[in-house]
Amino acid sequence: MNAPAGEPILLTHELCRQFVRGDEPPVKALDGISIQVRSRALTALVGPDGAGKTTLLRIAAGLLLPDSGQMHVLGLDAAKEPQRIQDRISYMPQRFGLYEDLTVSENVDLYADLHGVTPAQRAQRYPRLMEMTALEPFRDRLAGRLSGGMKQKLGLACTLVRSPELLLLDEPTVGVDPLSRKELWAIVRTLVDEQGLTVLLSTSYLDEAEHCGQVIVLHHGRVLAQGEPAGISAAAADRVYLASPPTNRSARAWQAQLLDEPGVVDAVPDGGRVRIVLSEKAELAHDPLQGPALGSVSATPAAPRFEDGFMVLLRRQAEHERAAKIALQHPLETHAGETAVHVRDLVRRFGAFTAVNHVNFEVKRGGLFGLLGPNGAGKTTTFRMLCGLLPASGGELRVAGADVRQSRAEARARLGYVAQKFSLYGPLSVVENLEFFASAYGLRGAQKRERVQWAMSQFELEAHAREPSIQLPGGYKQRLAMAAALLHEPEILFLDEPTSGADPLARRAFWRRITALAEQGVTVIVTTHFMQEAEYCDRIAIMDAGQILAQGAPGDIRRAAATTDQPEPTMEDAFIRVVEQARARGTGAQQAGAAA
Amino acid sequence: MNASADTRLTKTARLARLRAKAARVRALIVKETRQIVRDPSSVAIGIILPVILILLFGFGLSLDVKNVPLAVDLEDSSFEAGELLASLQLSPYFHTRVTRSMPAAQELMLTGRADGIVRIPGDFARQVHAGNAAIELVMHGGDANRARIIQGYVAGAVGAWAARQAAEGRAMTAGPVSVQTRLWFNDANDSHYFLVPGLIVLVMTLIGGLLTAMVMAREWERGTLESLFVTPVRSDEILLGKTVPYFLLGMIGLVLCVLSAKFLFHVPLRGTLPVLLAASTLYVLVALGIGLVISSAVKNQLVASQLVMLVTFMPAFMLSGFLFDLRSMPMAIRLITFGLPARYYVALLQTVFLAGDVWRVIIPNAAVLGVMAALLALGSRAASRKRLL
Repeated sequence: MNAPAGEPILLTHELCRQFVRGDEPPVKALDGISIQVRSRALTALVGPDGAGKTTLLRIAAGLLLPDSGQMHVLGLDAAKEPQRIQDRISYMPQRFGLYEDLTVSENVDLYADLHGVTPAQRAQRYPRLMEMTALEPFRDRLAGRLSGGMKQKLGLACTLVRSPELLLLDEPTVGVDPLSRKELWAIVRTLVDEQGLTVLLSTSYLDEAEHCGQVIVLHHGRVLAQGEPAGISAAAADRVYLASPPTNRSARAWQAQLLDEPGVVDAVPDGGRVRIVLSEKAELAHDPLQGPALGSVSATPAAPRFEDGFMVLLRRQAEHERAAKIALQHPLETHAGETAVHVRDLVRRFGAFTAVNHVNFEVKRGGLFGLLGPNGAGKTTTFRMLCGLLPASGGELRVAGADVRQSRAEARARLGYVAQKFSLYGPLSVVENLEFFASAYGLRGAQKRERVQWAMSQFELEAHAREPSIQLPGGYKQRLAMAAALLHEPEILFLDEPTSGADPLARRAFWRRITALAEQGVTVIVTTHFMQEAEYCDRIAIMDAGQILAQGAPGDIRRAAATTDQPEPTMEDAFIRVVEQARARGTGAQQAGAAA
Repeated sequence: MNASADTRLTKTARLARLRAKAARVRALIVKETRQIVRDPSSVAIGIILPVILILLFGFGLSLDVKNVPLAVDLEDSSFEAGELLASLQLSPYFHTRVTRSMPAAQELMLTGRADGIVRIPGDFARQVHAGNAAIELVMHGGDANRARIIQGYVAGAVGAWAARQAAEGRAMTAGPVSVQTRLWFNDANDSHYFLVPGLIVLVMTLIGGLLTAMVMAREWERGTLESLFVTPVRSDEILLGKTVPYFLLGMIGLVLCVLSAKFLFHVPLRGTLPVLLAASTLYVLVALGIGLVISSAVKNQLVASQLVMLVTFMPAFMLSGFLFDLRSMPMAIRLITFGLPARYYVALLQTVFLAGDVWRVIIPNAAVLGVMAALLALGSRAASRKRLL
């Protein structure tokens, strides 16, 4: 039934699709895409938000029509015979449409009925499906009551009630914590390796591409590269180095400076060191590693990662964006060792449920603190209490010297908050939003004009000043949100998942701004799903089930998680290890408690 | 021989395809029914709201005016005046409070404890004997309709008093107040007769239009349709899977309304049950069609529910002839009502309940509803094709 391995099962030719909204200029979601997906293999569509991944998958599923070009799936034209394709493939959209008021097994049964799976086939298939997804104990639970990761697994189970000839997965791991991501990947790999399924999945996590047989890299509706992941990583071969920063510099500050050096394609902090990708040697006027600006540095060559190759390819197309720096009007004075945020025995209960359970941490002034944790770990609850949006059930909570539990207003005047979702007024223009927030912070007259002007120039928003903010490109929306949060010159900035879905260039620009803010004395507290980004922080805390499991400098946490099998764990490996160990202890303790 | 084998083969293939289709529709209906049963908002709109409306309309909102708080300023202590007061007090329409001076009565009116004042002047008895007696009636004019009704009741009570006076042989040369008795209500003077059929229209509109629009828009919003689309399921099957459960829910609402009409409010059902069921079936299908078309077009629960309220519920309330007489509306608005399905359903219900199976009313109204249902079925089919944009 399945085509022999290697045959193209999905083929596009010069596929174009644009979207028109109101009187805006049309957005080219797909701009001449020609790709092929081979059968019995795992192919990844990789790219940031807005690259065109979802549009491509929807056209393949017959849910959208292309403007021009062709899409052939299983030899059928997706524009002409969508139903015949839909009869044979399975598709899991980004938000899989689970019926939340149906139970796990009712959802699975619905899809089995729709696909005409016979009772005999079910008896054979269900146990395997439930074992693979570990959903057996939850069969009678309503889908709406499952955690994010379990919902994704249930969605996958619904698409696998029979063996599809092609499985399309749209960002199955988005918004899923690293543990669940690992489990989902294990399932997908089993399907391909053991059952010979053909899978095309999309992801915005570049590191996930390394697990795939084939990778198609999309950027702004075009194919940036296509082939084996090793081939894409190889674009950065012999040009990746790990270097320790000069003695008096932090890795973060040094990395930000390196990005401005000619000949440096990419520089990111990596366990206390900096990972540097150089451009092709031939183009270099001088070797930046020997440059006087950097002092004498010892750099060791490193194996290129997928993201390194991606950055090299991207730099060939996208020009070096202007240095995203930021200068405060009134840099804050910092005295070494001064505490900006003090949290002791913080507790928050919702009825019988303890969302935050005796959490302790301190953040120094001008420090960058990261809160990491799976969904439901208590990150957002902690954040809301710090910002005075939610009263604490117990414990001490001091922000910028003010007791948040006593004088919320005073504490709030000293902090800025950027929510996870875009929470500015969409129909208002950039200037109108900034003016509104300035007034909301009590700024008036000349001071208000000055602050709005400062925000516009520092965040390079002038070009879009009169545009309704809802129409801004993603990166600009994020800048505007940050600009609005900094209008009242807060001492502390809170950012909730600021970079989810942003492309690698926008993420780097974002972190440069954050680095610049920290250098000028602003204290930053951030949550993130990208484990690599934790490297930018001075200190991180890993949370699970309302408790802090590990706390310290990113490099130390990585080193502590090292095992003989894994002498150099990545941040993600370390995270998974810390959470898994704690959970194993937790269930052990529970069993001991039950026995006693 | 070959040819006959072919046809037999296609026949079996067609049968198998039909069986697969039926299985898919059944799966969708089962799913929808489970959702209805588990979703508090479906139960609220489908069962609880009709019950509340029935009770509210049946007991709370009656257009008859009863127990009007009335101040009687009795300034005369004569036998005649006492008789008139008794006449007012005995009337079921009034709840009287007697005062001895006009300012006291005015105080009651100002503080909202009385909706009107009947002033019986100090020389009332003398006036009666002189043949030109006058009593003063002060009305709360806030609700002109109500004021006129109360005025009629007062005149009625005074008329009853005058008649009794005459019967007892006391000379009455002229009526003390010009009595204008106009009763605008039905013979039984019971507004339940036309409120309850109207209520059925509202309930059917809510279930058929609002509820289906919301559940369909919710499927678009939550992305459940996107997953459903990429399966062998056809769009007509999705529509059928939505229509059948909500049609049945609508029928439950109908039964609730009819039972309460019959046993709670004793509204006669002069026509026959099959005609009532057939008319209701047509109307529910129309309402379902409107709900499905709107929700597929806007794909957003809030907008869909607002639109459905605007397009179906409000007109069913105001422009269907259930509360307000269509004939007394301006021409332009009357023209609009011809496009409203509720208008035809109200006509059908009022006929079936109050007049009987009057075929020359039933057939044309039912025909219009039938055409509307057919057009909407085509429309919703087109609106819910398996495409996202």
